[in-house]
Formats: sequence, C-alpha cells, structure tokens
Amino acid sequence: MNTQKIMTFLRKNPLLVASLMVLAYLIVLLFREATASPNDTLKFLRLTYAGLSDGALLALISLGLVLVYKSTDVINFAHGEFMLLGGFIGYQFLVWFEPLTATPVTIALAIIGMIVVAVIIGVFLERVVLRPLIGEPIISVIMVTIGMSNIIHAIVGITWGNLPKALPIEVVPDNLFTESGRFEIVMEGARRPLFLAHENVVLIGVVMLVTAALMLFFQRSKYGIAMRAAADDQQAAMSMGISIRVVFALAWSLAAVTAAIAGLMIGETSVGISGQEIPVVGLRAFPVIILGGLDSITGAILGGLIIGLVEVYTGGYIDPSLKNVMPYIVLLIVLMIRPYGLFGQQIIERV
Amino acid sequence: MPTQSGIFHDNYRSDQQLRPTTMQRLRIVLVFAFLIAAPFFLGENEMRIANRVLIACIGAIGLNILTGYTGQISLGQGAFLAIGAYACGLLMVPMTGLENLDLPALFNVLEAPLRIFAAWEAPWLIALLLAAIITAVVGGVFGLPSLRLKGLYLAVATLAAQQIIGWVIINWDPIDGKLDGRTTDALNIPPNLLFGNEVWRLNNNEYAFYWFALVITIIVVLAATNLFRTHIGRAFIAIRDQDIAAEVMGVNIFRYKLLAFATSSFLVGLAGAMLALHSTAISFERFTIEVSIEYLAMIIIGGLGSVSGSVYGAAFVIILPEVLRNIGTSIAGTNPETLSEFNRILPFAQQAAFGLAIVLVLIFESGGIKKMWQNVKDYFRLFPFDY
Repeated sequence: MNTQKIMTFLRKNPLLVASLMVLAYLIVLLFREATASPNDTLKFLRLTYAGLSDGALLALISLGLVLVYKSTDVINFAHGEFMLLGGFIGYQFLVWFEPLTATPVTIALAIIGMIVVAVIIGVFLERVVLRPLIGEPIISVIMVTIGMSNIIHAIVGITWGNLPKALPIEVVPDNLFTESGRFEIVMEGARRPLFLAHENVVLIGVVMLVTAALMLFFQRSKYGIAMRAAADDQQAAMSMGISIRVVFALAWSLAAVTAAIAGLMIGETSVGISGQEIPVVGLRAFPVIILGGLDSITGAILGGLIIGLVEVYTGGYIDPSLKNVMPYIVLLIVLMIRPYGLFGQQIIERV
Repeated sequence: MPTQSGIFHDNYRSDQQLRPTTMQRLRIVLVFAFLIAAPFFLGENEMRIANRVLIACIGAIGLNILTGYTGQISLGQGAFLAIGAYACGLLMVPMTGLENLDLPALFNVLEAPLRIFAAWEAPWLIALLLAAIITAVVGGVFGLPSLRLKGLYLAVATLAAQQIIGWVIINWDPIDGKLDGRTTDALNIPPNLLFGNEVWRLNNNEYAFYWFALVITIIVVLAATNLFRTHIGRAFIAIRDQDIAAEVMGVNIFRYKLLAFATSSFLVGLAGAMLALHSTAISFERFTIEVSIEYLAMIIIGGLGSVSGSVYGAAFVIILPEVLRNIGTSIAGTNPETLSEFNRILPFAQQAAFGLAIVLVLIFESGGIKKMWQNVKDYFRLFPFDY
C-alpha cells in the first residue's frame, strides 16, 4: 500500500484516527505510571494479572454468545442464566459425589455429568423455545431469551436458593502446584512478591483449552465445518445437505457447555455460585462481543482480555466506581467508530 | 355504518371517528363508568396497584411509540424513568452541595443555569412538565446513535445508556443528596398538594393521586392514538416497516427517528416524574435494567405497535404478581411453616410467571393481548362461522 492510499484512508476515518491517538496517549501514560518505581511495577503487574484472569473468564462467556450468534443469528440474553444453571448443576453433581473420596476421578465425573446435562438443556431450549421464532423480528427473539432467563433464574432460585453457595469440593485443589496455594514471584525493590493464585492460573488454562478445542472442532470435525458453512450461507449449506437443525442444536448445546464451565469457574474463583451475581457477570459480556465483533471467536477472546484489562486499569488507576461502567463507555465508542467490532464481518445491507 | 361484512362510512365525519360503531362506544362508556366508580369500592391497597398501572400505562405507551411503532429497540427505559423522576424531584427541592462544584473549564458556561436550576423550588406541576421535557432532550441525545445503529446494535447501545446513566445518578453526589448529611441514595420528595389543599396531597395518598393520574393517562392515551393519525405517526411506522423505502418517499429519517426518541422519552419522563410525585422518596433501585425489561415485556405482552395494547400489557405485568401473591396467600393459609416456605418461593414464582408470559405470548400469539382480544371479538361477531 502506498502512502497516498494510507492518507486517503486516514482522512476518511477521522474518528478512528482520533481514537487511535487517544489510545496511544493512554498507553504511554500507563507505561510511565507502571515504570515509575518497583512498587508501581508490582501494582501494574498485579492489575494485569487480575485483568487477564478476569478477561479470560469474560472471553469464555463471550465465546458462548458468539457461537450462538454466528450460527443462529440470536443474541442470547439468557446466557448469564445458562451460566447460573450450568454452574449449579455442576455444584449438584459435586454434592452427590462428596460422600465418595474427592479424587480427580470424581471431580472429572462431576464435570462430565455437568456437560452432559448442559447439552441436553441446550438442545431442549433450542427445540422448544427458539425454533418457533426463526424469522421473527429481532425484538421478539431478544424478548424470548429474556423471558427464558427469568424462568431459568426462578427455577434455580426455587431449587438452590438465592444465597451464594460455595462448592462442596474444591475443583482446583489449594495445593495443586505449591503448598501455599499461589505462585510467588519475588521482585527486586518491591514491597512484597507478586502473588498469582492457582485458581486464576487454572482459569486461564481452562479458557485456553476450551478455545483450542473449539478451534480444532471448527477446523477438523465434520460438524464444525458444517457449522461454519451454515454460518456463512444458510441456504447454500442446506442445499449441500447440511442439516440446519443439527447445526442449531449443536450451537446451543456448545453455548450451554461453555456457560456451565464458566459458571463453575466463577463458583471456584469467588465465594460461590450466586443467583444475584452471575447474571450481572453475564451482562458484562455484551461490551466484549461488540468490541470483538458479534460473529468472531478470535474477537471474543481478544475482546474479553481487552475489556478485562480496561476494567482493572480503570479501577486501579482512575476510580474504583468507574470500573463497572467503563466497558460500556468503550462499547459506545466502538459502536460509533466500528459498529461491526474489531474482527466482525462487515455486513452490507440490502433492501 | 356497521354491517355483517364490515364498516362502511358514508361521510367524512364518521370516517374520521376513533370509535365508529355503537358497540365500541358502549364499551368505552362502560370502561369509563368502571374507572370512575373504582375508587368508591376499592381498598387502599388495590388503589396503589391501580395507580402503578396508570403510571406504567404512560411509560409503556412511550416505549411503544419508540419500539412498537418506530422499530427502535430500547433497553434503557429504566434509566429514562430515573431521569424523569430525579429531574422532577430535584426541581422541587433545592439541590445542596453544588457550592463546591468544580466543573471542567470547558463546561463553565453551564455553571449559571445549573445554579439557578439547583436553587429553584418549582411548583410540582411545573416540575412535572419540565422533567418530561428534560427527559425528552436527554432521550433525543441518546437517540443520536440510532442513525447509525440498527436492531441488535441499538439494543446493546441503549443497554450501555442504561448502565452509564445509572452510574451517573448513583455516583454524582449532588443528585442523590448525599452531601447534605444523608448517606442513602434516596432523594426525598416534598408534599405536593392538588388544588392547594391538604386533603388532595398526592404523595402516598392513593385516592387523590388516582384522579390526577387518571386524567393524565387519558390525555396521553388520546394524544398517542391521534399521533398515529398524523403525518408524524405515519412517518414513524414507515421507518419501522422499511427505512430506506421511507427515505425514498421523502421521510427525513434522521429527524423522525430523533422525534420518535424525544416523544417516547417525553412520555417515559412523565411517567418517571409521576412516580416521584407518587412517593415520598425515590432511589435508583426502582430504575434498574429489570425495570427496562419489565416495560419491554409490557409492550410485547400487550401488543407491539398498539396504544391499547400498551394499556393491556401495563395492567397485566403490574397486576400478575399481585394476583399470584393473593392466590399464594390463600393456599398457604396461616400455618407458619407453609407461610415461610411461601414467602421464599413467591418472588421466584412471580419471576417465573413473568418469564413464562413473555415466552408463551411470543410463541403462540405474537400479537399479544390486543390480538387475543380481537380474536375473541371476531369469534363472537362471526359466530357460527370461522371467518
């Protein structure tokens, strides 16, 4: 690309240029803040670690939303409740297995049980609630998922109550890697070492594992390729003999499974699984998918990490109360500049 | 004149009537008779619910103008209600804590009007109208993105508006009155007297408030119904059905979308201001995202793109939990054990019923209650035939 082309592009997108300049300025500020003294570096690294593990969780949540949107064009406002329900099913399996000795085998069995039930729930909801609404206006589809979220929340509330429930068995044992339950990285000149909790390391690992598995599924397996084909062009996929029903059922069950894993991980890394907290976490995924692009898996992962970092940096350097609202400000800016997100497909609208 | 095969008008006067047939007029007379008689046989508690229904009607009509008629999905109604309520409250009480307000240099111009606004103790009727106008202006500003965003993206953008406005109200101290020594988020509302008479105090006086709310609701219903007989309303509908085609026909999309946002926010702000007048204190818990969803549910259940549907939906969504509570109380009896179990389950049962109503309406009759009522009327009109 020659210079002239670049100049024309920049002149056509003044908002993009302005926001990139602001972004660069903010990064410089952050860098200067982080390198001022060893203690500041410690603070920066601590925040970055918190942001990355929080972002990994957001990425996992957003993956489910993107999977559903990509293949069925539905934005799932019930995803937070999917997490809640999935997490509680995992909790229930752990409660049943608790009398047995807590070995890796029982924990693995509980997780497998949770995944199986999540698949069944995903397929069931797709068949009963969402299929009748194919082709209806967007507002109907949004509202049906909201209605679904209310029903799921109520069922969970009646069955397990509304207070946070701690997992009966630690899914990630405290002494997994070291005796103290965390890694300690000693830093020269800083007040104290940098602590990395095991749970968060495992969380990041789980997200990487799930992403890798999904990537492999989409690249190699027959059904993954079918899903990509259906997302690309439903009509063409159907005429090539791909069953759209199977694709839809797969998308919803994959979303339910990722949601269940996310719900269980929240239960593991925080005080427990709570009907009041998890749906709020679900809402936090919306800035992520808008930033990353509604139909891009890469976008969901990167968007999750970016939003996670933005949240902790805002909380740590600007104002703690601004932490929860900053993602939405980012969302509005992204919508103004690049509505289809960082990696989303730009749709050309036809009449 | 009505015949078996339809309604035929033979002069312009009858053609322009809102309710051309005798049956329709009879029904509206019955409805009015019921509305006027209601306070004389309903208890205080029922009247409170009735007032909530009337306020919700106004808000739901406002949202329906935007979402049902113009096709712009909004998840930010709770925040706009909050703007109406807080604007109304702040106009009536002097705002404290503005003395040490440091505005960024850029906004220095705003200082003088803000101080006047802060010091003014407006009469409640003026506060009500001004609050609605302020909400309309804010709604118009948040409508600006609608020019570029559609459908899903607009829904998420309004979700962002909800979160950002909520954050401003909770965290900007002069708004919730934290600076004058109180620590809660609540804003106290002074007593508002209708006709300058203590008997007609509006706060927490369900009977006086009912008459006031009834008059306002009737005005709003009439105005909204007539709005869609004018070129503005027709332009809204054209934008919903096919925006590019509407533009080709000469509808200025930008202007009419903004107008839709402003009109809708005006009514929602009015509803919010009435919520403030109705109570002695307001706090942000009453304007969260759940409230936005409740309002969307009202227009979905009642019927999208219909003024009467908004009214049915508002009544349904407000009354449903109360009906459940009454049924539950009669089942639970007085046994303390069942009673505590009932108290545990009730909020979840209400939530489940709410969700179930949305899902069932969308799956089986997406026209909502309005369409169901139409089906019932058609069934009797055409009896014994199907069509």
